[in-house]
Amino acid sequence: MAARKSERLLNLLITLLVSRSYVTKERIRSVVEQYREAGDEAFEKMFERDKDELRSLGVPIEVGYLDRAFEDEPGYRIERAAFELPQIDLEPDEAAVIGLAARVWQHAGLASATSDALVKLKAAGVSVDRGMLSTVAPQLTVDEPTFEAFWAATQDRTPVTFEYRTASSAETATRHLQPWGVVSFRARWYVVGLDVDRGAPRLFRLSRVQGQVRTTGRPGSFEVPPGTDIRALTESLAPVPAEHQARLLVRRGAAYGLRRQGELLEGDAPDGWELLGLSYGRTDALADEILGYGADVVVEEPAELRAMVLGRLRKVATVGEAG
Amino acid sequence: MSGARDQVARMLALVPYLQARGEVSLDQASADFGVRPTQIVKDLNVLWFCGLPGLGMGDLIDIDMEALEGEGVIRLSNAEYLTRPLRLGSTEASALIVALRTLRDGGDESVRPVVDRTLAKLEAAAGDGAALAAQVAVQLPESDTVEAARRTDLEAAAREGRQVRLEYYVPARDEATERTVDPLELITAEGHTYLDAWCRTAEGRRLFRLDRISSAEVLDLPVADHSDLPPRDLSEGIFSPSPNDTLATLLLDPTARWVAEYYPVESSVEAGEGRLRVRLRIGDREWLTRLVLRLGGAAVVEDPPELSARVHHAATEALGNYGNGGVR
Repeated sequence: MAARKSERLLNLLITLLVSRSYVTKERIRSVVEQYREAGDEAFEKMFERDKDELRSLGVPIEVGYLDRAFEDEPGYRIERAAFELPQIDLEPDEAAVIGLAARVWQHAGLASATSDALVKLKAAGVSVDRGMLSTVAPQLTVDEPTFEAFWAATQDRTPVTFEYRTASSAETATRHLQPWGVVSFRARWYVVGLDVDRGAPRLFRLSRVQGQVRTTGRPGSFEVPPGTDIRALTESLAPVPAEHQARLLVRRGAAYGLRRQGELLEGDAPDGWELLGLSYGRTDALADEILGYGADVVVEEPAELRAMVLGRLRKVATVGEAG
Repeated sequence: MSGARDQVARMLALVPYLQARGEVSLDQASADFGVRPTQIVKDLNVLWFCGLPGLGMGDLIDIDMEALEGEGVIRLSNAEYLTRPLRLGSTEASALIVALRTLRDGGDESVRPVVDRTLAKLEAAAGDGAALAAQVAVQLPESDTVEAARRTDLEAAAREGRQVRLEYYVPARDEATERTVDPLELITAEGHTYLDAWCRTAEGRRLFRLDRISSAEVLDLPVADHSDLPPRDLSEGIFSPSPNDTLATLLLDPTARWVAEYYPVESSVEAGEGRLRVRLRIGDREWLTRLVLRLGGAAVVEDPPELSARVHHAATEALGNYGNGGVR
């Protein structure tokens, strides 16, 4: 059954590809055996489905008129320039790089899209020998079940809606988004776009999307503002530049993680301690880190950091007592 | 899967592939297309009934069936109208371009010029199909060049079977350690690269995160035979908690809810007012103490009492450093 259908689809494709002008439905029916054998209604149905199926593979089937004077009967054709992969000549090392790239995606859908692309390149005469390059291929893992929906919506420019939970809340809220792009930052996936309710660009972490992503409009119903730089937008997620200075006392033989980020300072330190200078961006983030070292680190400056660390230590000591 | 659709997609690549090469062994075609040889034979049997409209004498695609059955060699001709594959689809082109960019950022520096050349050619061939790639950005967690160089060294050591002396930082214990290892392989997972190795110092198999290695010296000493070690199973994530570990219960305030997303938890239950009660396996008590200290009061150890006391003691001791009778 599948073989018969494949045969019909390919013969239809060849008919439309080799013709110089639009081919009428009548002509198509007369040259493709299975259409000829079918009844009128069955043929119509079969022909519509076959066209859709070829288009879903990316085959560009155009509709037009043979003769402008008689616009009653449409015809079909496949323009070769739109159908064929343009010439691509790859050096052996370039082909090897493509072979490696095909291993990057750790996601069923995109991994198979890259291997389909690889097969097409092989069909264009490229020989892929991965072995000639010795480098570690990084991997892009995708664990979030909603990834595919956001990828597709970004591709088609379809608005979406979903339930979203922020980091610090148990409740979810309904969000409406025009997705502009998907972003992987530190091994987590985000979607960036226009938050319709807030009228401003926002980032959403895919792991915090609850349930299904639903489309709320037609493909192509919004435009990504010209000049939008997805990478630049992502930078709002990036760490704040380190523009503050801290002076810490660190116990000898401890706090190695902090020592790696700063440098030891000359100066007067109590016995068994050393002075460490450190640049940092966010006070609360550094406070968290310092807290992890417990009694091995003491904040000297700035006062704001010292107060924050002290306050949090008191809180831990108090809740610990209660528990 | 839709059999006919996949088959047509494959045939549209198979016809130009075979014509470009003149003749190809069945095994080679099967390997290049990632399908069984029997599937390729089925495809050829369909192609044999396809051709120019009308399908008269001389219109059909010609396949040397004798050569196929006899020598297992494929020769296909009389299909000059199908000498190029179908253009790349939008997802195909974008997925490949994003993968190449990731390779450019995450691979070592020596491959960058090659990747750049490849990207330029591929983007030109993909045309509009590559538009989506501009809407996908990947920022790899680690991309500094020091680490890329270290990765190359360690890979070479693993390949050549040489021991490596590592200086390694263990954050859970705040220790800088020195050890000699037999490198097995490099693994990238969950945004980090790890060296999977047999640690001679600890006499056990260990994972070392590359960004925590402060120095790596490749030695002129051969590694022992580790062919009896099974490949690492990553299906459960890179660190699978052991059932022997202590089970701890934490009550997380809204600001500490991220813990449940970040670490593998056994269970997670809403506890009212946005709080979350989680149970997790603790391999290392010191690790948990550091975590709860970091959370600065936004998490409480409810169980076991011994761990709760430990956290309280650590906080009290740290407080003692400040003020009267403290360090300063």
